[in-house]
Order: sequence, then structure tokens, then C-alpha cells
Amino acid sequence: MARAADQRLAKGDSGILVGIPLAYKDIFCIRNWRTTCGSRMLENFVAPYDAHVVEQLDTAGAVTLGKLNMDEFAMGSSNENSYFGPVKNPWDTTRVPGGSSGGSAAVVAARLAPAALGTDTGGSIRQPAAFCGLTGLKPTYGAVSRYGIVAYASSLDQAGPMAKSAEDCALILNSIAGFDQRDSTSVDRPREDYTIDLAKPLKGLRIGLPCEFFAEGMDADVRSAIELALAEYRKLGAVTVDVDLPNSALSLAAYYVIAPAEASSNLSRFDGVRYGFRAPDYSDLNDMYSKTRAQGFGAEVKRRILMGTYVLSHGYYDAYYLKAQKIRRLIANDFRAAFEHCDVIMGPTAPTVAFPLGDKNDDPVQMYLSDIYTISTNLAGLPAMSIPCGFGKHKMPVGLQIIGPWFSESRMLGVAHQYQQTTDWHTRMPEISV
Amino acid sequence: MNSGSKWEVVIGLETHAQLQTKSKIFSGSSIEFGAAPNAQASAVDIALPGVLPVLNREAVVCAIKFGLAVGANIAPRSVFARKNYFYPDLPKGYQISQFEIPVVSGGSLSTPVGAGDTVSQLTVHLTRAHLEEDAGKSLHEDFHGKTGIDLNRAGTPLLEIVTEPDMRSSAEAVAYAKALHALVQWIGICDGNMQEGSFRCDANVSVRPLGQAELGTRREIKNLNSFRFMQQAIDYEVAWQINEIEEGRMITQATVLFDPASGETRAMRSKEDAHDYRYFPDPDLLPLDISPEWIGEIGKSMPELPQQMQTRFSGQYGLSLYDAAALTSSRDIAIYFAETLSHAGAGQAKLCANWIMGELAARLSREGIELSTAPVQPAALASILKRIADQTISNKIAKDVFDALWRGDGKDADEVIDARGLRQISDSGAIDALVDEVIGANSKLVEEFRGGKEKAFNALVGQAMKVTKGKANPVQVTELLRKKLAN
Repeated sequence: MARAADQRLAKGDSGILVGIPLAYKDIFCIRNWRTTCGSRMLENFVAPYDAHVVEQLDTAGAVTLGKLNMDEFAMGSSNENSYFGPVKNPWDTTRVPGGSSGGSAAVVAARLAPAALGTDTGGSIRQPAAFCGLTGLKPTYGAVSRYGIVAYASSLDQAGPMAKSAEDCALILNSIAGFDQRDSTSVDRPREDYTIDLAKPLKGLRIGLPCEFFAEGMDADVRSAIELALAEYRKLGAVTVDVDLPNSALSLAAYYVIAPAEASSNLSRFDGVRYGFRAPDYSDLNDMYSKTRAQGFGAEVKRRILMGTYVLSHGYYDAYYLKAQKIRRLIANDFRAAFEHCDVIMGPTAPTVAFPLGDKNDDPVQMYLSDIYTISTNLAGLPAMSIPCGFGKHKMPVGLQIIGPWFSESRMLGVAHQYQQTTDWHTRMPEISV
Repeated sequence: MNSGSKWEVVIGLETHAQLQTKSKIFSGSSIEFGAAPNAQASAVDIALPGVLPVLNREAVVCAIKFGLAVGANIAPRSVFARKNYFYPDLPKGYQISQFEIPVVSGGSLSTPVGAGDTVSQLTVHLTRAHLEEDAGKSLHEDFHGKTGIDLNRAGTPLLEIVTEPDMRSSAEAVAYAKALHALVQWIGICDGNMQEGSFRCDANVSVRPLGQAELGTRREIKNLNSFRFMQQAIDYEVAWQINEIEEGRMITQATVLFDPASGETRAMRSKEDAHDYRYFPDPDLLPLDISPEWIGEIGKSMPELPQQMQTRFSGQYGLSLYDAAALTSSRDIAIYFAETLSHAGAGQAKLCANWIMGELAARLSREGIELSTAPVQPAALASILKRIADQTISNKIAKDVFDALWRGDGKDADEVIDARGLRQISDSGAIDALVDEVIGANSKLVEEFRGGKEKAFNALVGQAMKVTKGKANPVQVTELLRKKLAN
């Protein structure tokens, strides 16, 4: 691939991604590479096709460096749920990099790759980007094809770039966004140049600050970094307005009904019949199913399959799944109303900086709370970013979250880029001591 | 069956019709029958991770055609749902189907049931028809101690057509199933091949005391793939249920299989081990939107339907309900009939109907060939009918002409009639001479007749026909003979 890129460059190909090395979260299928999804279940699975995202970037001339560790089937917020072991945070190797795209975040933070691809179902691009001091973008649902990405929660999953800067994210998004008929939820709209608003001044930009994002729950060190970032934006000509997202408190609960429900069904195909792991000893069909899935899946995956199976069960469906879908609509309506008063919404990406490895392993609910600010945008299908905006406790990076209306990626990237023109947080590198 | 009993039989049918699309409902694989196992199973069909379903619009067109054909509601927006269960030939661990909002709801199908004097019109109301994908096949016999999985069929488009419990006997159930079978082929959405499983029925059967409004507990007979088996299975099941109840046992809801070898039904699983399918809308597929314009466009391409044609045939040509139904039992027959009439003239409708359902049908079934490849095509049959009508040939001679044309001896009736001199003798001079000749040569018969033996008269007519090799006009011969003998 590198040689092919050299030849393209020699022939005068000025494609911006020609020869740029990229790495992929191991949830993207790449033809003839293993795609494990961080699971024993797919330890030796080799896909005979490329994900749409991979295909697009290959065409653009990018060179695949390799595939990156992740929480098993993208379920996790610390990258401790991988069958292949945890990922460590390059800023402090006793701490987690965030998840589930922890490998993608760590590799870019450590400058092993200029950019990586991740996926975001409830914050899995933005939270690790925040924990590792990167710029990460989750596009509008439907902007990037999900074809060839192992599904976790189909109605929430979206792939996006993780890089040093907003500009780099925009260049990658230019390649990966666009209609793909192989994904029925991909939106058929004209291709965009996502760099178009990078230079746009911020004068008059209305930044909405949801009171719900600034209430209790956020650590003081995170809060002060966010406040400083907002002050910088005001200096750049933006104004801040208070907005309400009254139903955002319900987003975590709704997410932990919808995502496990879809996951319980999406992961049914891993049954040991056709490919992937199969338990070595079994007495009959049901025994084969249960041993294969008991041995092939990790604890968090099993927990979510059980939750999802439960909420879809006869007699519980209306109380859980249907109600969660209603909440989902209310949350989207909240954002729609808020965007009548502002151009973008800002707040923290995560309530804390990266926490120590093993810190939250015994308490799934505490772990789930680290996605409290990111989940509502997945439920609403909105685009959102995290950009580095300083450091908190233990000299760990803090991420500022930017949320925009549907398909406003260009504007959001411009808002991030202008900030990155007057600050240098995104250029900071960890001192790596192994 | 069961008439005079104090039990009423209640039957509802669920039919899976395989749709005649080029490719599968959610992937581009071919649906052709008979390929090597798994040769027609793509990444989507075997449910590799990361691949996604994309709806085949052709399958939707089939569903819309069906909805129009049965006068049903076609939902402006319907939803695909996942039906979750584990089975080795279900690759995704769920089947994509429609649950809460099916594409087609309501509608009805009417068909005559019974024969001869007991023909009556049966109307069966439809609950719904929904699109779904088929599963693969588990092959239990081919591998010792193991099960083979063939996923060629996985993802084949199906329309599941569900009736209300409107049928009251196995005869009614079979009449409905046959009418449905004819209809789906008529509108070109299913090839109707029951051996290959393109059209298979499940029958929900229950019994209740006559006059009771509440339905009895039903048992579902799965996978009936012939009309004969359907009749046998339902009859056995009804007798079994009545016997159970009369002996004081309760019917428990169950799924049963029909064993053609023993002619018995036997329980496969009871309600207690029924699956909880955990249906929910498939997040990989958008709701299916169908615009009135799309329906209108498809409506314009629809052929005249069998029921409309039946009404037209009986009104326009004065045919009986039975004849009209028989002539519209398939589109091929209806087209053949209409075309024959266009050559022979509308006045020959009854004669034409008799010939198609009599001589032609008998020939086709004896020689096991399809109407479309019959050696006698509409123009040729019409040429025979015309010569019967104008008395050039008798009905009996017409059969010989039909035989000749069937064998390929000549291109139409006139050619055969002329070549063999089969023209009926209707010239009054010739008949007069013939009658005189017969009277002169059979004095004994004449004596007998005059002595009061009516039988002898028929023998004299027979002699006249024999002399002319059947060509004499029998009406004229009879008339003249009687006149002359009376003198």
C-alpha cells in the first residue's frame, strides 16, 4: 500500500490522504485481515470484504498501519473489556484511555499514527478522545455508512475520525462521509467539503450551554478547564446563551435499554455454527450454543445481552423498549428546540479525567456514568465532537464537547478549528515512559 | 365431511408464497432452486459480521400486486421487525419479518366450493399479508450423526398470507388454498411449485359445539405442501379433536406435523415451549413507504383478475358459476378460452367451455402436457367449433377431427374435413335417397318397428349413419325416417 502511494505521489497525485498512514479500530472489517472486535468470539475471523470506510480511505490513498484494540464489541468506557487485555493511557499508563475506541485514542495520543478511525455508539469516540487529549468526531447518524462495521447497536453506531486537530478530522471525513446503498440508513445527500467552514470567523456564534450539563456530577478540575475554554470562545467573538435539555437526565436509562436490546439481537449471529469461536466440547445443539457463547463472550457483553433480551421480552417490551423510544424522541425534540436559540452546544465530554485502570470494574453503573454527557447525542442522531481544552487533576487532558444540529459537521469543525488556531492544547504530547 | 355432526369445524390458513423475484429479499443472491448447497449464500445470507440488509423493491411490488388482487389495504408505511430465535439454519439468529404493521391487511378471496348441484360461493377474509425472509434448510439425513446446513434458501422472499378463521371444512380449506394458489400464479408473483416449497400452508384447526360462538382451542398443522395432504391432515385432525373432547379430554394448543405415510398428525411442540420471539423494529432497515402513485402504477400493470373474469364470463356468455370458475382456474385456461372465442364467435361460449373442460382437459391430463404446448391451439379448436355450429360435422365426427389436429394431420378443421370427406350430409335429396335405401335394405327392422318395437327405429338410424360413415345429419335422418315409416 505504501509503495502504491509512493507511485501515486511520484505521478503527481496531490490527493491529500495519499500516503498518510491510518489505523483502524478492530471493528472495521478489512479484507484478509483479522477482525476480532476485541472478542474471543472473533479471535480468528477474517472478513472477505472491506468496510465502506476502509474502502473510501484506501481509494483516497491512505496506508493501513494496522488494527487497534477496543472494548469487546464496543461495549465499554475504559477499554478494559477487551479479550486481548486493556489499553493504557499514554499520558499515564496506570490510567485508562477511555473506551470503547481506546486503542484508536492511545495510538494517536502516543503519536504512533497521525489519525485513527473509531466508532461511537454512546461516546466511544469522544470520551477516549477527551481522556487522551485528541480531537474526535462522531458524525450525524447516516452520514457515514455502517457497511462492514461489526454492529453493536445499529440505530446508534456511527464511525468517525480521531486525530490531533479538527482540520485532520475534516480531511478524513471528506473521504468517509457520503451515501452508500449497502447501508439502508445511510442518507442520500450531496457530498460535502468539510473544510469549507474552517476559516470562518466565530464572531456572533451563539454557543448554547445546557444547564443540565453544568449541574452537579462534573469534577471541579473538568469544570474549570471548560470555563476557560468558553472564555476563549467569548474572546473569539462568540456569545453564550443558556439552553435547556430537560429530558437529558433520562438519556442514560434510555440508552441502556435501546443499545442492549439491539445488541442482544445483533450478537445472536455469533452462535458457533458458521464461523468464529465454537466451544470444543458439547453434548447437543443447545449445549453447543450455551457453551460457545459462555466461553466466547466476556462479562460486559453477556451483561448487555441479558439486559437486552430482558427488555424485549414478552410483557416487558412496552415498559422498557417502547418507553425508551419515546424518551429518545423527547431528547431529539429538546435539541431541536435548543438549536433555535444557538448554533452549537458546548459542555464537558466526560465528567472526569481518565481514571485509574481497575477503578470502576466492580461497578458497571459508575462506568456507565462516564458517558453521561455523550449519550444523548447518539440517541438524537446528532453530530458531536470532543476537542482538548486543557488539563485537570493528575495532569490528565480534559475534553470540550461541541454538539451541532443534524449535518452541521462543517460548521462544528470550523468552530473547533478556530479555537485550535489560538490555543495549543491539541498539540500537546505525553512524555512516554515505558 | 362431518355433516350431521354436532361439532363445527373452524379453520384458518397461513400460506407462505415464495415470491418470483430475481434475487433475495435483502441481498443480491439468486433464488433459483436446486443449486449446490450454499452456492447461493452471500455474506449477507450467512450473516457475516458488519454486512447489512438492503430491501429488494421487486418483493414489495409483489406484495402490492397481491394487495390489489384481494382488495386489501396497502399500508402507506409498514415496518420490518426482527423475530429472534436460535436455530442453525437461521444465520442471523433472527428472521426479518413484519409484525405490528404488515404491508397488506384485510381483503378477501372468493371461490366456488363443491361440485354439481352443491356448488356454493365461499368467501374467506384475509387478516394480513406480510413480507419476510425464508430460513435455510437443515439436512438431517445426509450426514451420519450430524446436521448439514444449506443456506441457499436463506433470504428468499416470502409473502405470508394469513386468513381469518373462515373455513368450516377441509373441502373449504382446500378450495381456498387452490384459489389462492391460482391467484398468486395469475398475478405472476409466485410460481406455485408445491414440491419445491414455493407455496406451503399451515392450517389452524379447532372444533366447537354447533352454535357456540367462542372458538375452540386450536392446533396448528405445519407445512402442508399438497392439497391432498391438506385434506387428509385436516380430516384426521378434526376427527382426533372431536374424539378427544368426546372422551372428556381437553385440547391443548400445539403445533403438529402431518405424516403422509400414516395419515396422522402428531404434536411437535406445545404452547409451553413456544418461543418468545422478542419482536422489535429492525434498526438496519427504514420503514417501508409506499406512495399512492406507486400503487397506481402497479395497478395499471395488473391483469384482469379471475373473479372479475368469472363475473364477466357468466354475465357476457351466460355461463354457469361452475363453468366460469373452471375456465378461470388458471390464467392460461382463461386466455385460451378468450382466444378461442375470439375466433369462433361469442355465440359458441357454452360449446367452447364444454370442449376446453372436456376433450381438451382430458387430453392434456392423459398426456401430461401443459396447455401452452398443446398441439391444438385456440384458432384450431375454434375451427372445429365453427363446423359443429354450422352443422358441417357432428359432435362425434368433431372428436375425430380434434384427434387428427392433435396428431398434426392438418392445420385446421376444414382441411381435415375436406381431406377425409367428413362433411356432414345435409342435402335433403341425398338424405331422402339414403333413407329409402335403408328402408329397402332392412325390411325386417321396418317390420319390427311397425309392429311397435321402438328400438328398431334406432337401429335404422344407426344403419343410415353406418352407411355414410357417420356423416349423415342425424337430425334430418331421424325426421325423414319417421315421416316415411309413418306412411
